[in-house]
Amino acid sequence: MTIEVRNIVKKFGDFAALDNVSLKVGDGELLALLGPSGSGKTTLLRIIAGLDWPEAGEVTIDGEDALGRGASERHVGFVFQHYALFRHMTVFENVAFGLRVQPRAIRKDEKAIRARVKDLLDLVQLDWLSDRYPSQLSGGQRQRIALARALAIEPRILLLDEPFGALDAKVRKELRQWLRSLHQEIHVTSIFVTHDQEEALEVANRVVVMDKGRIEQIGTPGEVYDNPATAFVHGFIGESIVLPVDVSDGAVRLGGRPLNIAANGAAPGASKLFVRRHDMQIGPAGGGSLEGAVRRVRSFGPIQRAEVTLADSEGKTVIEIDAPRDRELQAGEIISLEPRRYRIFAAHD
Amino acid sequence: MSLQSNLAPSTTQLRAYAPTADLNVASPPQQRQKVRPHTAASKRDLRTEPRPIRSLIVALALIFLTVFVVLPLVVVFASAFSRGVSAYFAALAEPEALSAIQLTLLIAAISVGLNLVFGVIAAWAISKFDFAGKTFLITLIDLPFSVSPVISGLVFVLLFGAQGFFGPWLQAHNIHILFAVPGMALATIFVTFPFVARALIPLMQEQGTQEEEAAISLGASGLQTFFRVTLPNIKWGLLYGVLLCNARAMGEFGAVSVVSGHIRNETNTMPLLVEILYNEYQFVASFAIASLLAMLALITLIVKTILERRLDEGQMVSDD
Repeated sequence: MTIEVRNIVKKFGDFAALDNVSLKVGDGELLALLGPSGSGKTTLLRIIAGLDWPEAGEVTIDGEDALGRGASERHVGFVFQHYALFRHMTVFENVAFGLRVQPRAIRKDEKAIRARVKDLLDLVQLDWLSDRYPSQLSGGQRQRIALARALAIEPRILLLDEPFGALDAKVRKELRQWLRSLHQEIHVTSIFVTHDQEEALEVANRVVVMDKGRIEQIGTPGEVYDNPATAFVHGFIGESIVLPVDVSDGAVRLGGRPLNIAANGAAPGASKLFVRRHDMQIGPAGGGSLEGAVRRVRSFGPIQRAEVTLADSEGKTVIEIDAPRDRELQAGEIISLEPRRYRIFAAHD
Repeated sequence: MSLQSNLAPSTTQLRAYAPTADLNVASPPQQRQKVRPHTAASKRDLRTEPRPIRSLIVALALIFLTVFVVLPLVVVFASAFSRGVSAYFAALAEPEALSAIQLTLLIAAISVGLNLVFGVIAAWAISKFDFAGKTFLITLIDLPFSVSPVISGLVFVLLFGAQGFFGPWLQAHNIHILFAVPGMALATIFVTFPFVARALIPLMQEQGTQEEEAAISLGASGLQTFFRVTLPNIKWGLLYGVLLCNARAMGEFGAVSVVSGHIRNETNTMPLLVEILYNEYQFVASFAIASLLAMLALITLIVKTILERRLDEGQMVSDD
């Protein structure tokens, strides 16, 4: 099933939650809506589900207009951030709910409902919990039951709002992998909302980066990480070093001093230089564009993270770089730095 | 050993704050002995008032309750049974008494039934939707609590009385509202309206709309969502509101007294009859009916306690 969103505008009072948003989701995709809180990602998800209506724009699911239909007629599976399990029903009845409320004409008989619920509980590997109440489950179990409940109605698309937001780090990691493999198994077009870039990059086929009600970039995890389209995306995804630079005549200057890097077509004027922490080449003093004193070094895993005070900044500019551990850095050491890969964006972005 | 002696003073300090907790489980016996006598000697529990003051406060509360609540209740039953059990039941079997009991049950049934529906609708509107005038509606719901019941009754006299707003029209069409069951039911509905809505609003606000949204996204219709999701979630709160509403409806005196007209065997409810019989020096009959109302109060209290416990459990379940 495909989803298409065209020119959606949604306002809460004067606040534009969604500002002319358009998006196409292909059949069988697992798409992430990634952005900080207030970026409009959950609002977009709720509009697709029919839990909210936009002021303007169109939503089609599989070519059919969706805005003319209520949430109950859209056949969309929705998984809520806080699960929203029916607290007075057992796990079994929660999953069976969508089957029991179907119109009499198409409703399955009790035996078929039981078989279907059992299949779903097997799918989420929680069949042994079917007589429990939601309050007796752990967060991760509740989330999987919520997913089984949403899948019970054989939804055309599956929407997940911060599916792992309320879980602790370890369970989150497990559930991520589990969701990926589940998606490969059932292959239903899915969109999930997250503010966790790692989650988006790891789970999704494609990532939609949103900020302030607008889409900043749409791309594969590799594309948004390696080729961020805007300063926001560069800053939001992955750790970045940001330095204020000035571009003129194809040269890039930091504090008046030219750097050995090309402007790559960046527009002249005040700009921001973005470099990933691990894209700074370390050299001996006097051997690169930038120079600085190592202030502190922490080593963990395969990397060492160094805080470096840049020269010519009167000790004000401190950046953090990641370096492999084959060249041990010492506090107090003077080193040179050269951006290996970098991006320049206009300062007002 | 030096470690232990270092530990000892700090443990003693802790003792003062937590005299009941055994903090020395892991330490050797001889050290325990060092600390124990000190604990026993520290008569003062610093977390609370000294014992005499505590006893005094508790005693005052108990005496007050006994004089103002328990004693009157005992007097009601004592007076009701003062001429023996047979006189008590004979008084209740009087046609006048039976008619009052019937009328009270009828009015309570009407007003509780209607307030249940209105209360759920009002609470639903307030907790699940945003609309202009919401604060005004919440204030309005509380109005019957802040108005004297006599005034509530008078309002209906002014509206439906012979000189009232609708009076001439009602007379022309031979419709009896005042000094009849409809007027008494109206007055009771007015006075008891807040109970159900008040019990439900905080509960429904706390539960939010997520479960309803989940139900709708699973294909449930509005009615299915209400009966399968909303209603089961609020059932204990609803029963709680209905219980208090019922107690007030059966016991209401002021508002009903104004609109009743005190027609014997016709428009006297139990509280009204209690007053009439008392004024006529029929003490046994008067207190016999009063004892029924007192029993209603006791039963209400017991059920209320049970429901409150259920509500607390329900709240705990909702915690994530």
